[in-house]
Amino acid sequence: MPLSLDDLEVENLTYFKHCAAHDFHLQACANCSLLRYPPTTACPWCTSREAKWVPVEGKGAVHSYTEVHHAIQPAFKGHTPYMVLLVDLDRQLGKPTEHEALRIVGNLATPDGKLAKPEMVKRVGIGTRVRMVFTDVAPGLALPQWIIDEAAKQPDNPWRYPQE
Amino acid sequence: MPLPADTDVSSPKHLRDKYAIVGVGETTYTRGSGMTTRALGTWAVSNAMLDAGLKAADVDGMLSYQSGDSTFAPFIAGDLGIRLNFYMDVFGGGSSTEALIGIAMGVIEAGMCKTVAIFRAMNGFSQVRIGGTGARSAVPVTSDMLHSRAYGWQSAGQMFSPTFMRHMYDYGTKPAQVAAVRAAHSNHASNNPKAYYQKRVTVEDVLASRVICKPLHLLDCCVETDNATAVIIARADRARDLKHTPALIRGVAGRVCKPRIDMHYQAGPISTVAGRYAREILWPNSGVGPEDVDVTGSYDAFTFTTMLQLEDYGFCKKGEGGRYVSDGTINLGGRRPNNTSGGHLCEGYTHGMNMVIENVRQLRHDVDDSCPKGPDGKREHTYDYKEGGCRQVKGCEVTANLGWAMPGTGSAMVMRRG
Repeated sequence: MPLSLDDLEVENLTYFKHCAAHDFHLQACANCSLLRYPPTTACPWCTSREAKWVPVEGKGAVHSYTEVHHAIQPAFKGHTPYMVLLVDLDRQLGKPTEHEALRIVGNLATPDGKLAKPEMVKRVGIGTRVRMVFTDVAPGLALPQWIIDEAAKQPDNPWRYPQE
Repeated sequence: MPLPADTDVSSPKHLRDKYAIVGVGETTYTRGSGMTTRALGTWAVSNAMLDAGLKAADVDGMLSYQSGDSTFAPFIAGDLGIRLNFYMDVFGGGSSTEALIGIAMGVIEAGMCKTVAIFRAMNGFSQVRIGGTGARSAVPVTSDMLHSRAYGWQSAGQMFSPTFMRHMYDYGTKPAQVAAVRAAHSNHASNNPKAYYQKRVTVEDVLASRVICKPLHLLDCCVETDNATAVIIARADRARDLKHTPALIRGVAGRVCKPRIDMHYQAGPISTVAGRYAREILWPNSGVGPEDVDVTGSYDAFTFTTMLQLEDYGFCKKGEGGRYVSDGTINLGGRRPNNTSGGHLCEGYTHGMNMVIENVRQLRHDVDDSCPKGPDGKREHTYDYKEGGCRQVKGCEVTANLGWAMPGTGSAMVMRRG
Protein backbone atom coordinates (compact mmCIF):
# COMPACT_ATOMS: atom_id res chain seq x y z
CA MET A 1 0.00 0.00 0.00
CA PRO A 2 1.69 3.26 -1.09
CA LEU A 3 1.81 5.73 1.81
CA SER A 4 3.09 9.28 1.46
CA LEU A 5 3.01 12.75 2.96
CA ASP A 6 3.41 16.06 1.14
CA ASP A 7 6.08 18.53 2.32
CA LEU A 8 3.36 21.00 3.34
CA GLU A 9 1.81 18.54 5.80
CA VAL A 10 3.67 20.01 8.73
CA GLU A 11 1.38 18.67 11.44
CA ASN A 12 1.25 15.12 10.08
CA LEU A 13 4.97 15.14 9.27
CA THR A 14 5.80 15.98 12.87
CA TYR A 15 3.42 13.36 14.21
CA PHE A 16 4.92 10.64 12.00
CA LYS A 17 8.49 11.80 12.66
CA HIS A 18 7.92 10.88 16.31
CA CYS A 19 6.22 7.62 15.31
CA ALA A 20 9.24 6.71 13.14
CA ALA A 21 11.33 6.93 16.33
CA HIS A 22 8.70 4.72 18.02
CA ASP A 23 7.64 7.61 20.24
CA PHE A 24 4.04 8.74 20.60
CA HIS A 25 3.61 12.52 20.70
CA LEU A 26 0.45 14.61 20.45
CA GLN A 27 -0.16 18.32 20.11
CA ALA A 28 -0.88 20.12 23.39
CA CYS A 29 -2.60 23.48 23.01
CA ALA A 30 -0.29 26.33 24.07
CA ASN A 31 -3.27 28.18 25.48
CA CYS A 32 -5.55 25.62 27.21
CA SER A 33 -3.12 22.67 27.42
CA LEU A 34 -5.64 20.13 26.11
CA LEU A 35 -4.24 17.39 23.90
CA ARG A 36 -5.80 16.52 20.57
CA TYR A 37 -5.74 13.73 17.99
CA PRO A 38 -5.37 13.32 15.06
CA PRO A 39 -3.04 16.26 14.30
CA THR A 40 -4.91 19.47 13.49
CA THR A 41 -4.10 23.10 12.73
CA ALA A 42 -5.86 24.65 15.75
CA CYS A 43 -7.39 23.75 19.09
CA PRO A 44 -11.03 22.64 18.80
CA TRP A 45 -11.73 23.78 22.35
CA CYS A 46 -10.16 27.26 22.45
CA THR A 47 -9.29 28.02 18.77
CA SER A 48 -5.62 28.74 19.50
CA ARG A 49 -3.31 27.93 16.59
CA GLU A 50 -0.28 27.50 18.85
CA ALA A 51 0.65 24.03 20.07
CA LYS A 52 3.65 22.06 21.25
CA TRP A 53 4.35 18.36 20.85
CA VAL A 54 4.40 16.38 24.09
CA PRO A 55 5.09 12.68 24.78
CA VAL A 56 1.99 10.67 25.65
CA GLU A 57 1.86 7.16 27.09
CA GLY A 58 0.17 4.76 24.68
CA LYS A 59 -2.13 2.95 27.11
CA GLY A 60 -5.87 2.70 27.22
CA ALA A 61 -9.01 0.63 26.72
CA VAL A 62 -11.00 -0.27 23.61
CA HIS A 63 -13.92 2.14 23.17
CA SER A 64 -15.32 0.50 20.06
CA TYR A 65 -14.14 -1.50 17.10
CA THR A 66 -14.93 -3.18 13.84
CA GLU A 67 -13.78 -6.59 12.72
CA VAL A 68 -13.29 -6.65 8.96
CA HIS A 69 -14.09 -9.97 7.27
CA HIS A 70 -14.37 -8.64 3.71
CA ALA A 71 -11.33 -6.47 3.06
CA ILE A 72 -11.50 -4.06 0.14
CA GLN A 73 -7.91 -2.77 0.08
CA PRO A 74 -5.49 -5.15 -1.67
CA ALA A 75 -2.95 -4.87 1.16
CA PHE A 76 -5.46 -6.25 3.68
CA LYS A 77 -7.06 -9.02 1.64
CA GLY A 78 -4.74 -11.72 2.96
CA HIS A 79 -5.20 -10.74 6.60
CA THR A 80 -8.90 -11.13 7.41
CA PRO A 81 -10.44 -10.97 9.88
CA TYR A 82 -8.54 -7.94 11.10
CA MET A 83 -9.59 -5.52 13.80
CA VAL A 84 -9.75 -1.74 13.72
CA LEU A 85 -9.78 -0.45 17.29
CA LEU A 86 -10.78 2.94 18.64
CA VAL A 87 -8.91 3.20 21.91
CA ASP A 88 -9.66 5.64 24.73
CA LEU A 89 -6.29 6.80 26.02
CA ASP A 90 -6.01 6.89 29.81
CA ARG A 91 -4.55 10.37 29.43
CA GLN A 92 -7.29 13.03 29.27
CA LEU A 93 -10.11 10.45 29.53
CA GLY A 94 -13.45 12.17 30.09
CA LYS A 95 -12.05 15.63 29.41
CA PRO A 96 -12.99 18.32 28.62
CA THR A 97 -16.48 16.79 28.84
CA GLU A 98 -17.76 13.49 30.15
CA HIS A 99 -18.06 11.67 26.81
CA GLU A 100 -14.80 12.88 25.27
CA ALA A 101 -11.48 11.11 25.08
CA LEU A 102 -8.41 10.90 22.90
CA ARG A 103 -9.61 8.03 20.69
CA ILE A 104 -6.61 6.63 18.88
CA VAL A 105 -7.20 4.33 15.93
CA GLY A 106 -5.07 1.27 15.29
CA ASN A 107 -5.25 -2.36 14.32
CA LEU A 108 -5.03 -5.16 16.84
CA ALA A 109 -1.44 -6.30 16.40
CA THR A 110 1.07 -8.76 17.77
CA PRO A 111 3.99 -7.42 19.87
CA ASP A 112 6.17 -7.42 16.74
CA GLY A 113 3.66 -5.21 14.95
CA LYS A 114 1.97 -7.76 12.65
CA LEU A 115 -1.83 -7.91 12.26
CA ALA A 116 -3.27 -10.22 14.93
CA LYS A 117 -4.43 -13.72 14.00
CA PRO A 118 -8.10 -14.81 14.48
CA GLU A 119 -7.50 -16.52 17.83
CA MET A 120 -6.16 -13.25 19.26
CA VAL A 121 -8.96 -11.22 17.65
CA LYS A 122 -11.51 -13.31 19.54
CA ARG A 123 -10.05 -12.22 22.89
CA VAL A 124 -10.59 -8.52 22.29
CA GLY A 125 -13.71 -6.38 22.67
CA ILE A 126 -14.94 -3.14 24.18
CA GLY A 127 -13.12 -2.66 27.48
CA THR A 128 -9.99 -4.69 26.63
CA ARG A 129 -6.84 -3.02 28.00
CA VAL A 130 -4.28 -2.37 25.26
CA ARG A 131 -0.93 -0.70 24.81
CA MET A 132 0.75 0.85 21.80
CA VAL A 133 3.47 -0.59 19.59
CA PHE A 134 4.80 0.72 16.30
CA THR A 135 4.91 -0.95 12.90
CA ASP A 136 7.54 0.26 10.42
CA VAL A 137 5.72 0.50 7.10
CA ALA A 138 8.10 2.55 4.93
CA PRO A 139 11.45 4.30 5.33
CA GLY A 140 10.84 7.04 7.91
CA LEU A 141 7.22 6.03 8.42
CA ALA A 142 5.75 3.95 11.25
CA LEU A 143 2.15 3.46 12.33
CA PRO A 144 0.98 3.25 15.95
CA GLN A 145 -0.77 -0.08 16.53
CA TRP A 146 -2.37 -1.75 19.56
CA ILE A 147 -1.54 -4.97 21.38
CA ILE A 148 -3.30 -6.65 24.29
CA ASP A 149 -1.76 -5.29 27.50
CA GLU A 150 -0.88 -8.63 29.11
CA ALA A 151 0.39 -6.88 32.27
CA ALA A 152 -2.86 -5.02 32.89
CA LYS A 153 -5.94 -6.26 34.71
CA GLN A 154 -8.38 -7.21 31.96
CA PRO A 155 -12.19 -7.17 32.16
CA ASP A 156 -13.67 -10.65 32.71
CA ASN A 157 -15.71 -10.47 29.51
CA PRO A 158 -14.84 -7.67 27.11
CA TRP A 159 -17.97 -6.86 25.05
CA ARG A 160 -17.94 -8.47 21.64
CA TYR A 161 -20.46 -8.57 18.84
CA PRO A 162 -22.76 -11.45 19.84
CA GLN A 163 -22.56 -13.43 16.57
CA GLU A 164 -19.20 -15.18 16.04
CA MET B 1 -38.76 20.00 23.29
CA PRO B 2 -36.09 21.86 25.32
CA LEU B 3 -33.39 23.45 23.21
CA PRO B 4 -29.75 23.02 24.19
CA ALA B 5 -27.83 26.23 24.66
CA ASP B 6 -25.34 25.43 21.90
CA THR B 7 -27.94 25.23 19.13
CA ASP B 8 -28.80 28.32 17.09
CA VAL B 9 -32.44 28.24 16.09
CA SER B 10 -32.62 31.88 15.11
CA SER B 11 -33.38 31.13 11.45
CA PRO B 12 -36.67 32.58 10.20
CA LYS B 13 -39.70 30.33 10.21
CA HIS B 14 -41.72 32.34 7.66
CA LEU B 15 -40.66 30.22 4.68
CA ARG B 16 -42.90 27.39 5.93
CA ASP B 17 -45.07 26.20 3.03
CA LYS B 18 -43.81 28.99 0.76
CA TYR B 19 -41.85 26.58 -1.46
CA ALA B 20 -42.71 23.21 -2.91
CA ILE B 21 -41.34 20.27 -4.80
CA VAL B 22 -43.32 20.49 -8.03
CA GLY B 23 -41.69 17.78 -10.10
CA VAL B 24 -39.80 14.54 -9.51
CA GLY B 25 -38.09 12.21 -11.93
CA GLU B 26 -35.59 9.41 -12.20
CA THR B 27 -33.98 6.99 -14.60
CA THR B 28 -34.15 3.24 -14.26
CA TYR B 29 -32.13 1.75 -11.39
CA THR B 30 -29.63 -0.59 -13.02
CA ARG B 31 -26.16 -2.09 -12.82
CA GLY B 32 -24.49 -1.23 -16.08
CA SER B 33 -26.39 1.79 -17.39
CA GLY B 34 -24.39 1.80 -20.61
CA MET B 35 -24.45 5.58 -20.68
CA THR B 36 -22.67 8.60 -19.24
CA THR B 37 -23.72 10.44 -16.10
CA ARG B 38 -24.51 13.31 -18.50
CA ALA B 39 -27.05 11.17 -20.34
CA LEU B 40 -28.43 9.86 -17.04
CA GLY B 41 -28.75 13.37 -15.59
CA THR B 42 -30.47 14.67 -18.71
CA TRP B 43 -32.92 11.76 -18.55
CA ALA B 44 -33.83 12.35 -14.89
CA VAL B 45 -34.18 16.13 -15.18
CA SER B 46 -36.35 15.83 -18.29
CA ASN B 47 -38.55 13.29 -16.49
CA ALA B 48 -38.92 15.73 -13.58
CA MET B 49 -39.87 18.52 -16.00
CA LEU B 50 -42.46 16.28 -17.68
CA ASP B 51 -43.78 15.31 -14.26
CA ALA B 52 -44.18 18.96 -13.27
CA GLY B 53 -45.49 20.11 -16.64
CA LEU B 54 -42.59 22.53 -17.08
CA LYS B 55 -40.79 23.41 -20.32
CA ALA B 56 -37.12 24.26 -20.69
CA ALA B 57 -37.93 27.97 -20.63
CA ASP B 58 -39.61 27.53 -17.21
CA VAL B 59 -36.45 26.26 -15.46
CA ASP B 60 -33.67 28.77 -14.78
CA GLY B 61 -31.73 27.32 -11.85
CA MET B 62 -29.83 24.08 -11.34
CA LEU B 63 -27.99 22.41 -8.49
CA SER B 64 -26.17 19.12 -8.31
CA TYR B 65 -23.99 17.22 -5.88
CA GLN B 66 -21.21 14.81 -6.61
CA SER B 67 -17.78 13.59 -5.56
CA GLY B 68 -15.88 13.94 -8.80
CA ASP B 69 -18.09 11.20 -10.23
CA SER B 70 -20.67 13.09 -12.26
CA THR B 71 -21.47 15.77 -14.83
CA PHE B 72 -21.76 19.48 -14.01
CA ALA B 73 -25.12 21.21 -14.17
CA PRO B 74 -24.42 23.47 -17.20
CA PHE B 75 -23.94 20.41 -19.44
CA ILE B 76 -27.29 18.93 -18.39
CA ALA B 77 -28.98 22.31 -18.77
CA GLY B 78 -27.38 22.91 -22.16
CA ASP B 79 -28.45 19.52 -23.47
CA LEU B 80 -32.05 20.25 -22.47
CA GLY B 81 -32.09 23.82 -23.83
CA ILE B 82 -32.32 25.36 -20.36
CA ARG B 83 -30.78 28.85 -20.00
CA LEU B 84 -29.54 29.19 -16.44
CA ASN B 85 -29.72 32.25 -14.21
CA PHE B 86 -28.12 30.26 -11.40
CA TYR B 87 -26.27 27.00 -10.97
CA MET B 88 -23.90 25.38 -8.53
CA ASP B 89 -22.30 21.94 -8.36
CA VAL B 90 -21.59 20.98 -4.78
CA PHE B 91 -19.13 18.44 -3.42
CA GLY B 92 -20.82 15.77 -1.36
CA GLY B 93 -22.88 12.62 -1.23
CA GLY B 94 -25.43 11.60 1.35
CA SER B 95 -27.33 14.38 3.14
CA SER B 96 -26.89 16.73 0.17
CA THR B 97 -30.45 16.50 -1.15
CA GLU B 98 -32.21 18.21 1.75
CA ALA B 99 -29.41 20.77 2.12
CA LEU B 100 -29.61 21.72 -1.57
CA ILE B 101 -33.39 22.04 -1.38
CA GLY B 102 -32.79 24.63 1.34
CA ILE B 103 -30.25 26.39 -0.87
CA ALA B 104 -32.73 26.36 -3.77
CA MET B 105 -35.33 28.05 -1.57
CA GLY B 106 -32.73 30.62 -0.56
CA VAL B 107 -31.66 31.56 -4.07
CA ILE B 108 -35.26 31.86 -5.26
CA GLU B 109 -36.02 33.97 -2.18
CA ALA B 110 -33.00 36.13 -3.06
CA GLY B 111 -34.41 36.76 -6.51
CA MET B 112 -31.54 35.01 -8.25
CA CYS B 113 -33.81 32.65 -10.21
CA LYS B 114 -37.34 31.26 -10.13
CA THR B 115 -37.26 27.49 -10.57
CA VAL B 116 -34.45 25.16 -9.56
CA ALA B 117 -33.85 21.61 -10.77
CA ILE B 118 -31.64 19.53 -8.46
CA PHE B 119 -30.11 16.31 -9.76
CA ARG B 120 -27.76 13.52 -8.73
CA ALA B 121 -26.38 11.45 -11.63
CA MET B 122 -24.07 8.54 -10.89
CA ASN B 123 -22.79 5.25 -12.19
CA GLY B 124 -22.39 4.02 -8.62
CA PHE B 125 -21.87 0.45 -9.77
CA SER B 126 -20.24 0.57 -13.18
CA GLN B 127 -17.92 3.59 -12.74
CA VAL B 128 -17.16 4.94 -9.25
CA ARG B 129 -18.29 2.17 -6.93
CA ILE B 130 -20.04 3.64 -3.93
CA GLY B 131 -18.94 0.79 -1.66
CA GLY B 132 -15.34 1.83 -2.26
CA THR B 133 -14.22 -1.40 -3.92
CA GLY B 134 -12.38 -1.76 -7.21
CA ALA B 135 -10.08 1.06 -8.30
CA ARG B 136 -11.13 3.22 -5.35
CA SER B 137 -9.77 0.69 -2.85
CA ALA B 138 -6.23 0.79 -4.28
CA VAL B 139 -5.58 4.55 -4.36
CA PRO B 140 -2.40 5.74 -2.58
CA VAL B 141 -2.92 6.69 1.07
CA THR B 142 -1.83 10.27 1.74
CA SER B 143 -2.32 13.15 4.13
CA ASP B 144 -4.99 12.79 6.84
CA MET B 145 -6.03 9.43 5.39
CA LEU B 146 -2.91 7.99 7.02
CA HIS B 147 -4.92 8.02 10.26
CA SER B 148 -7.67 5.85 8.78
CA ARG B 149 -7.04 4.13 5.46
CA ALA B 150 -3.58 2.95 6.48
CA TYR B 151 -5.38 0.74 9.01
CA GLY B 152 -7.76 -0.83 6.50
CA TRP B 153 -10.42 1.56 7.72
CA GLN B 154 -11.68 3.06 4.49
CA SER B 155 -15.14 2.16 3.17
CA ALA B 156 -18.27 3.74 4.58
CA GLY B 157 -19.19 0.48 6.27
CA GLN B 158 -15.78 0.16 7.89
CA MET B 159 -15.75 3.80 9.00
CA PHE B 160 -19.26 3.79 10.50
CA SER B 161 -19.07 0.42 12.22
CA PRO B 162 -17.52 1.63 15.51
CA THR B 163 -20.60 3.86 15.92
CA PHE B 164 -22.92 0.93 15.22
CA MET B 165 -21.01 -1.36 17.61
CA ARG B 166 -21.00 1.19 20.39
CA HIS B 167 -24.78 1.63 20.07
CA MET B 168 -25.18 -2.11 20.64
CA TYR B 169 -22.87 -1.88 23.65
CA ASP B 170 -24.47 1.24 25.14
CA TYR B 171 -28.10 0.21 24.69
CA GLY B 172 -28.21 -3.57 24.22
CA THR B 173 -29.36 -3.26 20.62
CA LYS B 174 -29.67 -6.72 19.02
CA PRO B 175 -28.60 -7.78 15.51
CA ALA B 176 -32.08 -9.14 14.79
CA GLN B 177 -33.70 -5.80 15.68
CA VAL B 178 -31.54 -3.90 13.23
CA ALA B 179 -31.94 -6.57 10.53
CA ALA B 180 -35.68 -5.85 10.66
CA VAL B 181 -34.93 -2.63 8.75
CA ARG B 182 -33.81 -4.64 5.70
CA ALA B 183 -36.80 -6.96 5.99
CA ALA B 184 -39.21 -3.99 6.11
CA HIS B 185 -37.57 -2.16 3.21
CA SER B 186 -37.48 -5.33 1.11
CA ASN B 187 -41.22 -5.78 1.69
CA HIS B 188 -41.74 -2.22 0.49
CA ALA B 189 -39.53 -2.76 -2.54
CA SER B 190 -41.52 -5.83 -3.54
CA ASN B 191 -44.34 -3.36 -4.27
CA ASN B 192 -42.10 -1.03 -6.25
CA PRO B 193 -41.77 -2.17 -9.87
CA LYS B 194 -38.70 0.06 -10.42
CA ALA B 195 -36.70 -1.21 -7.41
CA TYR B 196 -33.43 -2.99 -8.20
CA TYR B 197 -34.05 -5.68 -5.53
CA GLN B 198 -37.75 -6.61 -5.37
CA LYS B 199 -37.38 -9.92 -3.51
CA ARG B 200 -38.58 -9.99 0.07
CA VAL B 201 -36.04 -11.07 2.66
CA THR B 202 -36.45 -12.01 6.32
CA VAL B 203 -34.51 -11.10 9.44
CA GLU B 204 -33.05 -14.61 9.31
CA ASP B 205 -31.85 -14.04 5.73
CA VAL B 206 -30.02 -10.87 6.85
CA LEU B 207 -28.34 -12.58 9.80
CA ALA B 208 -27.36 -15.57 7.66
CA SER B 209 -25.73 -13.43 4.98
CA ARG B 210 -21.95 -13.21 5.14
CA VAL B 211 -20.24 -10.76 7.47
CA ILE B 212 -18.67 -7.76 5.70
CA CYS B 213 -17.32 -6.00 8.77
CA LYS B 214 -18.93 -6.49 12.15
CA PRO B 215 -21.70 -5.65 12.86
CA LEU B 216 -22.62 -5.46 9.16
CA HIS B 217 -23.78 -8.47 7.16
CA LEU B 218 -24.03 -8.22 3.39
CA LEU B 219 -27.77 -7.55 3.63
CA ASP B 220 -27.26 -4.79 6.22
CA CYS B 221 -25.57 -2.84 3.39
CA CYS B 222 -27.22 -0.93 0.57
CA VAL B 223 -27.14 -1.80 -3.11
CA GLU B 224 -24.78 -0.09 -5.59
CA THR B 225 -26.56 1.04 -8.75
CA ASP B 226 -26.31 3.32 -11.80
CA ASN B 227 -29.02 5.96 -11.94
CA ALA B 228 -29.97 9.63 -11.84
CA THR B 229 -32.67 11.35 -9.85
CA ALA B 230 -34.08 14.89 -9.94
CA VAL B 231 -36.48 17.18 -8.09
CA ILE B 232 -37.73 20.65 -9.07
CA ILE B 233 -38.29 23.44 -6.53
CA ALA B 234 -40.56 26.45 -7.11
CA ARG B 235 -42.69 28.83 -5.11
CA ALA B 236 -45.86 27.19 -3.83
CA ASP B 237 -48.14 29.77 -5.45
CA ARG B 238 -46.62 28.79 -8.79
CA ALA B 239 -46.91 25.12 -7.95
CA ARG B 240 -50.69 25.32 -7.80
CA ASP B 241 -50.82 25.93 -11.58
CA LEU B 242 -48.81 22.78 -12.28
CA LYS B 243 -49.82 19.16 -12.74
CA HIS B 244 -49.69 17.67 -9.26
CA THR B 245 -50.69 18.38 -5.69
CA PRO B 246 -47.57 20.19 -4.44
CA ALA B 247 -45.38 18.80 -1.70
CA LEU B 248 -44.97 21.88 0.49
CA ILE B 249 -41.65 22.29 2.27
CA ARG B 250 -42.17 22.96 5.98
CA GLY B 251 -38.55 23.17 7.03
CA VAL B 252 -35.06 21.97 6.21
CA ALA B 253 -31.86 21.36 8.13
CA GLY B 254 -28.74 21.09 6.00
CA ARG B 255 -25.52 19.21 6.75
CA VAL B 256 -25.81 19.77 10.45
CA CYS B 257 -22.64 18.57 12.21
CA LYS B 258 -21.63 17.20 15.56
CA PRO B 259 -18.62 18.89 17.12
CA ARG B 260 -15.39 17.53 15.57
CA ILE B 261 -16.72 15.44 12.72
CA ASP B 262 -13.47 13.58 12.01
CA MET B 263 -14.02 9.85 12.32
CA HIS B 264 -12.02 9.53 15.53
CA TYR B 265 -14.96 10.63 17.60
CA GLN B 266 -13.43 12.78 20.32
CA ALA B 267 -16.83 14.36 20.83
CA GLY B 268 -19.01 11.60 22.18
CA PRO B 269 -21.12 9.78 22.83
CA ILE B 270 -20.20 8.13 19.55
CA SER B 271 -23.52 6.26 19.51
CA THR B 272 -25.28 9.62 19.07
CA VAL B 273 -25.42 11.05 15.54
CA ALA B 274 -25.92 14.48 13.98
CA GLY B 275 -29.71 14.15 14.10
CA ARG B 276 -29.47 15.01 17.78
CA TYR B 277 -28.45 18.52 16.66
CA ALA B 278 -30.45 18.74 13.41
CA ARG B 279 -33.71 17.99 15.22
CA GLU B 280 -33.39 21.23 17.15
CA ILE B 281 -33.62 23.11 13.84
CA LEU B 282 -35.96 20.77 11.97
CA TRP B 283 -38.91 20.50 14.34
CA PRO B 284 -39.15 24.13 15.53
CA ASN B 285 -38.76 25.44 11.98
CA SER B 286 -41.30 22.96 10.62
CA GLY B 287 -43.79 23.63 13.39
CA VAL B 288 -44.43 19.90 13.76
CA GLY B 289 -42.91 17.10 15.79
CA PRO B 290 -42.19 13.41 15.25
CA GLU B 291 -45.72 12.45 16.33
CA ASP B 292 -47.18 14.46 13.42
CA VAL B 293 -45.22 12.55 10.78
CA ASP B 294 -46.95 9.85 8.71
CA VAL B 295 -44.01 8.56 6.63
CA THR B 296 -40.27 8.78 7.23
CA GLY B 297 -37.37 8.54 4.81
CA SER B 298 -34.49 7.73 7.12
CA TYR B 299 -31.37 7.17 5.03
CA ASP B 300 -30.48 3.51 4.75
CA ALA B 301 -26.91 3.30 3.54
CA PHE B 302 -26.95 0.61 6.21
CA THR B 303 -29.73 -0.81 8.36
CA PHE B 304 -28.09 0.91 11.33
CA THR B 305 -28.20 4.41 9.81
CA THR B 306 -31.98 4.23 9.55
CA MET B 307 -32.25 3.22 13.20
CA LEU B 308 -29.76 5.74 14.58
CA GLN B 309 -31.43 8.67 12.87
CA LEU B 310 -34.99 7.74 13.77
CA GLU B 311 -33.81 7.57 17.37
CA ASP B 312 -31.86 10.83 17.43
CA TYR B 313 -34.61 12.80 15.66
CA GLY B 314 -36.89 11.76 18.50
CA PHE B 315 -39.19 9.16 16.92
CA CYS B 316 -38.44 7.06 19.99
CA LYS B 317 -36.45 7.49 23.18
CA LYS B 318 -32.67 7.39 22.96
CA GLY B 319 -31.56 3.79 23.05
CA GLU B 320 -34.92 2.38 21.94
CA GLY B 321 -34.19 2.49 18.21
CA GLY B 322 -33.79 -1.28 18.07
CA ARG B 323 -37.31 -1.79 19.35
CA TYR B 324 -38.72 1.00 17.16
CA VAL B 325 -37.44 -0.49 13.90
CA SER B 326 -38.44 -4.06 14.78
CA ASP B 327 -41.95 -3.72 16.27
CA GLY B 328 -43.78 -3.11 12.98
CA THR B 329 -43.89 0.68 13.24
CA ILE B 330 -41.72 1.25 10.14
CA ASN B 331 -43.51 -1.33 7.94
CA LEU B 332 -46.22 -0.50 5.43
CA GLY B 333 -49.40 -0.85 7.43
CA GLY B 334 -47.56 0.22 10.57
CA ARG B 335 -47.85 3.51 12.43
CA ARG B 336 -45.07 5.29 10.48
CA PRO B 337 -43.58 3.42 7.51
CA ASN B 338 -39.98 4.18 6.56
CA ASN B 339 -38.59 4.24 3.02
CA THR B 340 -41.69 2.91 1.32
CA SER B 341 -39.82 2.65 -2.01
CA GLY B 342 -37.33 0.20 -0.52
CA GLY B 343 -34.72 2.94 -0.16
CA HIS B 344 -31.03 2.48 -0.69
CA LEU B 345 -31.13 -1.05 0.64
CA CYS B 346 -33.42 -2.22 -2.18
CA GLU B 347 -34.60 0.40 -4.69
CA GLY B 348 -31.23 1.87 -5.66
CA TYR B 349 -28.44 4.07 -4.37
CA THR B 350 -28.79 7.78 -5.14
CA HIS B 351 -27.24 9.50 -2.10
CA GLY B 352 -30.66 10.26 -0.68
CA MET B 353 -32.70 11.77 -3.48
CA ASN B 354 -34.91 8.76 -4.22
CA MET B 355 -36.21 8.90 -0.64
CA VAL B 356 -37.31 12.51 -1.19
CA ILE B 357 -38.95 11.56 -4.49
CA GLU B 358 -40.82 8.74 -2.80
CA ASN B 359 -42.19 11.03 -0.09
CA VAL B 360 -43.34 13.56 -2.70
CA ARG B 361 -45.32 10.78 -4.38
CA GLN B 362 -46.70 9.64 -1.01
CA LEU B 363 -47.92 13.18 -0.33
CA ARG B 364 -49.59 13.28 -3.78
CA HIS B 365 -51.33 10.00 -2.87
CA ASP B 366 -50.00 8.70 -6.17
CA VAL B 367 -47.14 6.32 -5.46
CA ASP B 368 -46.12 4.35 -8.58
CA ASP B 369 -46.98 0.84 -7.46
CA SER B 370 -48.89 -1.81 -9.43
CA CYS B 371 -52.38 -0.62 -8.47
CA PRO B 372 -54.72 0.00 -11.44
CA LYS B 373 -55.05 3.51 -12.83
CA GLY B 374 -58.39 5.29 -12.82
CA PRO B 375 -59.90 7.53 -15.56
CA ASP B 376 -57.90 10.55 -14.28
CA GLY B 377 -54.63 8.65 -14.78
CA LYS B 378 -54.05 8.33 -11.03
CA ARG B 379 -53.77 4.98 -9.36
CA GLU B 380 -56.70 3.61 -7.42
CA HIS B 381 -54.87 2.37 -4.39
CA THR B 382 -55.99 -0.80 -2.65
CA TYR B 383 -53.94 -0.33 0.55
CA ASP B 384 -53.31 -4.07 0.43
CA TYR B 385 -49.60 -4.34 1.14
CA LYS B 386 -49.18 -7.97 0.07
CA GLU B 387 -46.20 -8.81 -2.12
CA GLY B 388 -46.58 -7.12 -5.50
CA GLY B 389 -49.42 -4.98 -4.17
CA CYS B 390 -49.97 -1.42 -2.99
CA ARG B 391 -47.44 0.78 -1.22
CA GLN B 392 -49.43 4.00 -0.85
CA VAL B 393 -49.81 5.07 2.80
CA LYS B 394 -53.44 5.98 3.41
CA GLY B 395 -54.06 9.65 4.14
CA CYS B 396 -50.37 10.63 4.09
CA GLU B 397 -50.20 14.30 5.09
CA VAL B 398 -46.73 14.89 6.60
CA THR B 399 -43.39 13.30 5.76
CA ALA B 400 -39.85 13.61 7.13
CA ASN B 401 -36.62 12.89 5.26
CA LEU B 402 -33.53 12.23 7.34
CA GLY B 403 -30.39 12.40 5.22
CA TRP B 404 -27.09 10.88 6.34
CA ALA B 405 -23.55 11.72 5.28
CA MET B 406 -21.79 10.04 8.18
CA PRO B 407 -22.38 9.74 11.93
CA GLY B 408 -21.31 13.35 12.46
CA THR B 409 -23.22 14.99 9.59
CA GLY B 410 -26.85 14.89 8.52
CA SER B 411 -29.64 16.85 6.84
CA ALA B 412 -33.40 16.70 7.14
CA MET B 413 -36.63 18.01 5.67
CA VAL B 414 -40.30 18.01 6.57
CA MET B 415 -42.92 18.24 3.80
CA ARG B 416 -46.71 18.30 3.91
CA ARG B 417 -49.42 17.71 1.35
CA GLY B 418 -50.45 20.98 -0.33
